[in-house]
Amino acid sequence: MMKNGNNWAFLIGYRVYVLAFFIFLAAPLVSAGTFAFNDSLFPALPWQGFTLNWFFNDTEPQLGMFHDRRLLRGLYYSFIIACAVAALSVAAGTCNAFLFVRREFPAKNFFYIVMIVPLVIPGVILGISILVLASTVANGLEDRYGIELEFLRPGILLVVLGQFSFVTTITSLVIIARLKKFDAAMEEAALNLGASRARVLTTITLPFLRPAMIAGGIVAFLVSFENFNTTLFLVGSEAPLTITMFDRMAKVGSTPVLNAVSFFLMVGSGLLALLSILVQRDKSGG
Amino acid sequence: MNASHDYDLECTGVSKNFGRLRAVDEVSFKIPSGSFFSILGPSGCGKTTLMRMIAGFEDPTAGDVKIKGTSVLNTPPNKRNVKMVFQHLALFPMMNVYENIAYGLRCNGAGKAEIEQKVKRVLERIALPDVGEREIHQLSGGQKQRIAIARCMVLDPDVLLLDEPLGALDLKLREAMKIELKLLQHQFNTTFVYITHDQSEALVMSDNVAVMNHGKFEQIGSPQQLYHNPASAFVAGFVGDANRWKGRVLEAAGGGIRVETAAGLGLVGTAGSGQSPQTGDTVEVFVRPEFIRTGKGGAAPAANHNHLEGVVDSLLFNGANSRVLVRTGSGELIEADVTLTGGADDVQPGETVILTWSPDQALCFAARADR
Amino acid sequence: MSQSDIKRLSLILLFMPFALWILLLIVLPHIGMGVLALREKVAPRVYEFGFGNFIEFLQEPIYWNTLLRTGSMSLLVTALALLAGFPIAYYIAKVAGWRTRGALFLLCLVPLWVSDLIRAFGWILLLRETGVVSSMLQTIGLLNAPVELLYNDVTVVIGLVYTVILFMIVPLVSTLDGMDDAMIEAGYNLGGNGWTVLRRIIIPYAMPGIVSGCIIVFMLTAGSYLTPILLGGKNSSWFTETIYEQFITRYNWESGAAFGFLLLAFTSFVVWLGLKLSRQTLAGTIARS
Repeated sequence: MMKNGNNWAFLIGYRVYVLAFFIFLAAPLVSAGTFAFNDSLFPALPWQGFTLNWFFNDTEPQLGMFHDRRLLRGLYYSFIIACAVAALSVAAGTCNAFLFVRREFPAKNFFYIVMIVPLVIPGVILGISILVLASTVANGLEDRYGIELEFLRPGILLVVLGQFSFVTTITSLVIIARLKKFDAAMEEAALNLGASRARVLTTITLPFLRPAMIAGGIVAFLVSFENFNTTLFLVGSEAPLTITMFDRMAKVGSTPVLNAVSFFLMVGSGLLALLSILVQRDKSGG
Repeated sequence: MNASHDYDLECTGVSKNFGRLRAVDEVSFKIPSGSFFSILGPSGCGKTTLMRMIAGFEDPTAGDVKIKGTSVLNTPPNKRNVKMVFQHLALFPMMNVYENIAYGLRCNGAGKAEIEQKVKRVLERIALPDVGEREIHQLSGGQKQRIAIARCMVLDPDVLLLDEPLGALDLKLREAMKIELKLLQHQFNTTFVYITHDQSEALVMSDNVAVMNHGKFEQIGSPQQLYHNPASAFVAGFVGDANRWKGRVLEAAGGGIRVETAAGLGLVGTAGSGQSPQTGDTVEVFVRPEFIRTGKGGAAPAANHNHLEGVVDSLLFNGANSRVLVRTGSGELIEADVTLTGGADDVQPGETVILTWSPDQALCFAARADR
Repeated sequence: MSQSDIKRLSLILLFMPFALWILLLIVLPHIGMGVLALREKVAPRVYEFGFGNFIEFLQEPIYWNTLLRTGSMSLLVTALALLAGFPIAYYIAKVAGWRTRGALFLLCLVPLWVSDLIRAFGWILLLRETGVVSSMLQTIGLLNAPVELLYNDVTVVIGLVYTVILFMIVPLVSTLDGMDDAMIEAGYNLGGNGWTVLRRIIIPYAMPGIVSGCIIVFMLTAGSYLTPILLGGKNSSWFTETIYEQFITRYNWESGAAFGFLLLAFTSFVVWLGLKLSRQTLAGTIARS
């Protein structure tokens, strides 16, 4: 494009803006992470020296995150929930991909939009609507028949279902995109070479979809792990990590142990996100 | 032994409708064992549908498909011993070359040692003994082609179907692959059924060619028969190059037919096979450029030959296949093959030339309503 | 069983997970919420069918003021995110070189996977009275006493823009990435200046990405809970907070459901209006990203 003095100044200004933006992006993450290593009881300046106590120390007042019972329990529940959500949503997403890419049925476009809608419903609404339905059913059964169904009360199952309800849209979109790239002639070629339908599915189609299924699973895991809004209403006594952290932040007042958890989560999710990108960039990526 | 065992593939009255559209219309043919058979037709003529019915991916609306004398209509595609090379090859990108070739053997439940031995042998036969561990994306276009064929041939099929496999290759490689395919077919001695819209591929490689149009076979014959004795106007126009005129029959006596084109050009021709045009009929006349002689006058032409005077409009130089475009007095352009030596004798644009050809080389067919 | 029967059966089987998901987790819960919202509490354990909860909402200015405030601030956040995010997306997609492009895009994505909670926590550490910014300003002598930068609307808006801007940038980058550079060059070639090229060529081309980014950002902002609470304090008057209060603190599920219904209706209406005004469809925007 035109290269004159005016443009040159504009480009410099543009670059400065981009740089400022990325500093803006990084600032809170850096501050949340860095104070994990400050040898102080408060996550604030001044810098008191480097320590790993907030990770590994086992005595109060500097109780490290790996010895904090409640945080560890939260981490454990978050992990269980995220695994369940990832597994379920990848399975459902794969079915949806076959349904919307391979099959023709009436009102397909309408159903496709219906599939996307959960992503734009506010998470809070998803949470309360599922809570309302589950409680209504549970109360109804208890009042009429005296049956108490514990799993319909707030707890891990409802949290999983609540997160599943919108995460499935994400995994479906990821897997649909991959299945659309699949050359259907490959399935015919395998059939032609003597494979049964089941064998074609397990040796040709699913291996082709695998990168998208793994990437979708990782995304689902991360979204579930960091979810707060939907979980807030459905949580029972088994509080996942985000809820535990929120309680501490809002009620107890923060200590650098929360920074340690933040640092741990940032590194963990950063690595997982990187892994999902690497998986999608494999050789058969077409 | 049943007599029909002499034929690897036999179709009788095969038709296929897609809704109201009739894609394949009453097609019947027999392919002798070990021959190279091509189905040639423009895109959309139904040739791919026909092939998919043979492979079992589509069910015929009517008719029967027999392989080695046995009907396969109730055999699912994965149980038919008909293998197919796909248009874009459909090699499996998540497996290496060895696994691609071994895939069919595994499906058949072959043992490990047998698979290893058979894959090794087929790789040697296609002259690519060392590529087993390569990934598909590391192969060249021609190598992929050969692997796709090996993947089928390792299963020892009764018939190998090839669906325009050369379409994606560049021109030079395509020329080389034509010869290679023919050699491979000889070597494996398996019946190849080759689908193409490229007449030169069909003519060069095949023992027999079927020309297909609008779901029907127009003619089945050897490449020479199609070229020199086309059975219909479509075949005459589709196979090889030809000058084509539409005209009215002035006189149909004996073998010679006098025709006058719309622009007023007078010609003498011969009835095409199975044709008996009458005076007053509208016909199409086909004359191949290589049968038209271009002279600068002088020697008188044979008495009964067509001869016309015209001005060279342009030269289309292409080495041995050079042509001239000659504009006749009635304003039509005629293509004729010439030999250009680069010497002073060569025709030049603007020169007046005499075009001559024998009435035997001007084939007349009743004009089709659909064109 | 014939071939077509098998096909139909497998279609039904394939449809089941989708149907169960949408029916049990989306449609029925929302119907349940709607029904609950229409139940009026007339006495303890005695309910009547009616619009009482909605009437209560209209009669109490604090409620509808909160909803309007949430809506208008969400629109403001959406506009700011678009204004701030578009140059960044354009830089990543069109200006940056091949190598930097991938790196910058990754940099954009990584914070995407960090929880809202941690990001808000980071802001708190930076901005509170004893926070980094305040102490730094004191150290360099610009301030004599600590300053509280949290708990005001400007901070909430900035925090929300921060939380959602990546959802604006990602769809924008993927749309702009698909745009042929030759189109921009042709624009200049035909005599356009920077402004007309931006207005006539780039923005119309990027419209699906813009709309899709705006929808996601608006919905996320209006439905957000953590950022307004943590950065705005207890009195930030965000509508999700009101819903939470009805549900958990007051245990008044009927009006909580009604409020949830109102939030959904309000945000859907805004999105619908946005789609109509920009002449886009939901399937053509969100589904592509």
